[in-house]
Amino acid sequence: MTCSRRDFLKDAVGGTLATVMPLSAFTFLSTAEARTAVEESKVRWAFLVDTNKCVGCGLCVKACKNENEIPYDAEVTRTWVERYVITKDGKTHIDSPMGGRDGFTSMEVDGEEIDPDNIEKAFFVPKLCNQCDNPACVQVCPVGATYQTNDGVVLVDRDWCIGCGYCIMACPYGVRFFHPVHKVADKCNFCYHRISKGMEPACVECCSFGARRIANLKDPDDPVTKIITTERVAVLKDEYGTKPHVFYLGLDANVR
Amino acid sequence: MKWHVLRPLWVAIGLVGALLVARVFLVPDDFGVHGRNFTYGFYRLSNVQEWKDFPVKYQGREGCVECHDANVETLNASSHAPVECENCHGPGAHHPDDIESLPLDTTRQLCLRCHAYLEYPNSARGSLLSIEDKRHRRRSECIKCHNPHDPKEDMR
Amino acid sequence: MPHDIIVHGIEWTVKELFVYPNEYIYWSIQIVMYPYMTGLVAGAFVLSSLYHVFGLKQLKEIAQFSLVFSLALLPVAALPLLLHLQQPTRAMEPLLTPHFTSAIAAFGIVFTAYALIVLSEIWFVYRKYFVEQVHALKNKQGLSNAMSRLVYRALTIGAYDVSDDAIRVDKKAATVLAAIGIPVACFLHGYAGFIFGSVKANALWMSPLMPVIFIMSAVVSGIALCMLTYIIIREWQAFRSRRHGGLLEAKEIKGAELDVIDTAARYLLGFLVAAISLEMLDLIFRGYTAMKSWDILRSVMYGKDFMNIFLLQYTLGNLVPFVLLLLPGRTLKRTVLALLLVLFGVFMMRWNVVIGGQAFSLSFSGYMHYEIPIIPHSVETFKEGVFGALTVISVPFILFWIINKFVPSLQREASGE
Repeated sequence: MTCSRRDFLKDAVGGTLATVMPLSAFTFLSTAEARTAVEESKVRWAFLVDTNKCVGCGLCVKACKNENEIPYDAEVTRTWVERYVITKDGKTHIDSPMGGRDGFTSMEVDGEEIDPDNIEKAFFVPKLCNQCDNPACVQVCPVGATYQTNDGVVLVDRDWCIGCGYCIMACPYGVRFFHPVHKVADKCNFCYHRISKGMEPACVECCSFGARRIANLKDPDDPVTKIITTERVAVLKDEYGTKPHVFYLGLDANVR
Repeated sequence: MKWHVLRPLWVAIGLVGALLVARVFLVPDDFGVHGRNFTYGFYRLSNVQEWKDFPVKYQGREGCVECHDANVETLNASSHAPVECENCHGPGAHHPDDIESLPLDTTRQLCLRCHAYLEYPNSARGSLLSIEDKRHRRRSECIKCHNPHDPKEDMR
Repeated sequence: MPHDIIVHGIEWTVKELFVYPNEYIYWSIQIVMYPYMTGLVAGAFVLSSLYHVFGLKQLKEIAQFSLVFSLALLPVAALPLLLHLQQPTRAMEPLLTPHFTSAIAAFGIVFTAYALIVLSEIWFVYRKYFVEQVHALKNKQGLSNAMSRLVYRALTIGAYDVSDDAIRVDKKAATVLAAIGIPVACFLHGYAGFIFGSVKANALWMSPLMPVIFIMSAVVSGIALCMLTYIIIREWQAFRSRRHGGLLEAKEIKGAELDVIDTAARYLLGFLVAAISLEMLDLIFRGYTAMKSWDILRSVMYGKDFMNIFLLQYTLGNLVPFVLLLLPGRTLKRTVLALLLVLFGVFMMRWNVVIGGQAFSLSFSGYMHYEIPIIPHSVETFKEGVFGALTVISVPFILFWIINKFVPSLQREASGE
């Protein structure tokens, strides 16, 4: 898989550059340079969420907002926790007040009291950017203000984003929003400033239950990578062909 | 052929030329294809470093232990060992210089994030040691009786 | 929360049931206006080309007017986008670093190319007139005459040859440009449809039919607006000349010529049928295939948006004008009413696509309602509210008034033809 993937990438880079280069007078790297850039990276960041372990304390959301300077009371967030309560009548009750920033401390779901005896199952699902291999948000950016780094993380260039919102529309997971201060598109980047220094993302560090973990898929000795490669993991909304890189353990069919 | 027909074309070519000249001045030098391909890797290269330089706020327990070793030791020995210091004390990376940046949270609401009883079968939440918020000393702050650094040492 | 920190979209989005925390109606009224105005441009141009390319002589009058009117509409197709951007000062970036895998990236290029075609065509049609004006104003005194002459001199771009040969070449060039213009106009607008149709994350938008539907309804709305404006201006001129006892020469006023209107109306009906058929096909197909998203789509289309889609758009905006235009014994008043309804119907179609596409959550478990800001209390609520939309609508008429001072699209025999 890894081997054929690399070959595929080589072809993809070469082919695309060949098609695109004559289109305009950009300062492109040569094909060889681009290849080196691709091969250099020994990192492919991915994420593992164990929904069995999440208790819905929301401390990850709090940490994320503080760490990434997302205004604390603004109703947008780079990561959030959803609560699913499935009752015996087959109904699914979902909520995520303030993105779960203040945790879940009451039995009420979205203002509705639910009788505990009537609950079939209930669980929490943390969500964040999937850092897709084929990010739809990047494809649709008209100016190249959002892009995928060589280690798989999708970033937004705050100095170049024009704020058209097309990427927000294109993301099937709803992870993007307009930053209320900078007025540009914003999203989770696995705390790129932390992982590139060898630290864990803020949400991972602040999770007391090990529900959130970061992995380098290109390192076969990474314990989290081992879980992703050897255990039965699922991803969200596979049908869009985005190849998401946030993997879930214990993902329920009711999760949207 | 009357050559005046081509005048609008010269105007058009002039505009394109003006745009190309403008590009030279307005497009950052490091803008181009740097990643996988044009679809996913067309960007301003220096932005990657800009994001890497974003300031870190949560330093982690390894940072705290340098000065607060006694507290960290107590915590590590307790059942609260998995709880990060900064979950309650706030992000600590800047606090040695700026004590105001460390907003210690001692509210009941903070404890309830984990310890408010939610009757959820087959959820990890259901198995946590917890209270019913409405019944258990509603008006009191948890830390009046419980020591968060060592919750087993119950009533103070 | 400090007052200056306001989440974009929160002021006009009302959420119901489960909606992801970051979901808001990010694309609001200005993005409704964008395809609407682009559609009017494309439609107006296609109408003018029916005369210039296909030689439909009955349309000569309205064709000249439509051509100039499409120029007045042109800047207004870009204005909604500018008003919508969170960083309007960076609006030129799509031209600087176009990322062509994005459907929006080519907008600047296609739009500029199209603008140049329209401008050149107008130049060829009216060049003789410009030259005549330069000569006529030569001996007149006064600052305003001098200023006008300067403008006309600029408009000729230095081409003063008005020999018969030269004029014949002009005519030919105008025809060629009109012919090139049709596919470009269709591309400009079909491509607006592609912007929506290619968003795979949006269950309502994603459809290969979207660009074609957009083109058809664009032509419908463009023809309707040109007919309407033409009728109104003509009637106004007739009315004025009656009141002032011959301010304009009597032979120039015929009122709105009914045969021009008849021919245009026939084309309008044809495109209307095509547009409705495609929309119905899309709807039936979605219902029949009943993919995962159909449950929520159905609840939006047949429930929450029923009024907007089936009553306002299809019945009032399509069916009623269709009948009004087809019934025998059509009067001018009835035509005007039908045209107004057609314009309204196409607007509702844009609304139902843009706002309707955001009426449900990506989670398929909740809804969002758009409450359009009426009284603005900030720049944001002005731009993305009723007044922003009204600004966009009124600009083409002001522009037309200004352009028409130099390019008399309503005077017979003014052009070189």
